Amino acid sequence: MFKETFPGRYESLAKIAKFVTQAAVQAGLNETAIFAVQMSVDEACSNIIEHAYGGENIGDIDCTCKIDSQGLTVILHDWGAPFDPEKVPEPDLTSPLEKRKEGGLGLFFIRKLMDEVHFEFSAEKGNTLTMVKRKEDAR
Amino acid sequence: MEITTNNYKHCDLVKVTGRVDSATAPQLAEALNKITENGRYKIVLDLGGVDYISSSGLWVLINTQKTCKRYNRGEVVLASVPDRIRSALDLAGFIPFFKILKDTTAAVGYF
Repeated sequence: MFKETFPGRYESLAKIAKFVTQAAVQAGLNETAIFAVQMSVDEACSNIIEHAYGGENIGDIDCTCKIDSQGLTVILHDWGAPFDPEKVPEPDLTSPLEKRKEGGLGLFFIRKLMDEVHFEFSAEKGNTLTMVKRKEDAR
Repeated sequence: MEITTNNYKHCDLVKVTGRVDSATAPQLAEALNKITENGRYKIVLDLGGVDYISSSGLWVLINTQKTCKRYNRGEVVLASVPDRIRSALDLAGFIPFFKILKDTTAAVGYF
């Protein structure tokens, strides 16, 4: 298990990417799966900074990576505002260019790219996002 | 992320390398806005050196494409798009909005 705490600012994103990539490689994920992990973690952390904390340098993001025979589990933890993932609207994937509006892609990407996505919100313990990416032969 | 821009007679070439994420997407937006604010709407975006793009980066491409295509005055074409960047564009449903050409020469020749 690897755990590291990063300051909640956009500058941390490249460092977080490096951290999870190392774990993904060690977990034996293939290139496509590693990219899925990088993208999901990056979108999740951007959302934590932008929405949960409402800006940069407000709070930290704890990132934990667990490797098992199935693949990789990434757990992101923050102490920002909780949200209801069910209430986040699905992004518009069909409208013409001029009607496309910014937002909503992050969570959509995470759900598309990861094998398991689980949110937990607690007033005492903060917010936890658990994401699992399995190795090809474990899927 | 690094951005270099080149002014051609018929278009502007913007070459991006590195990571386009929430930290760097605003710089890319700024570079592209500078071009459109000068009344130039034919842009070749060379993504050959980009190793990562997040949704914030993808929105920069979409917003610039909206500006360029307005009144049929131009468009953004993409060149040398790496596979993983193409996958990200595809996941977002953005592939139909861009002409994707194999390299910068083909893209510059397109205008």
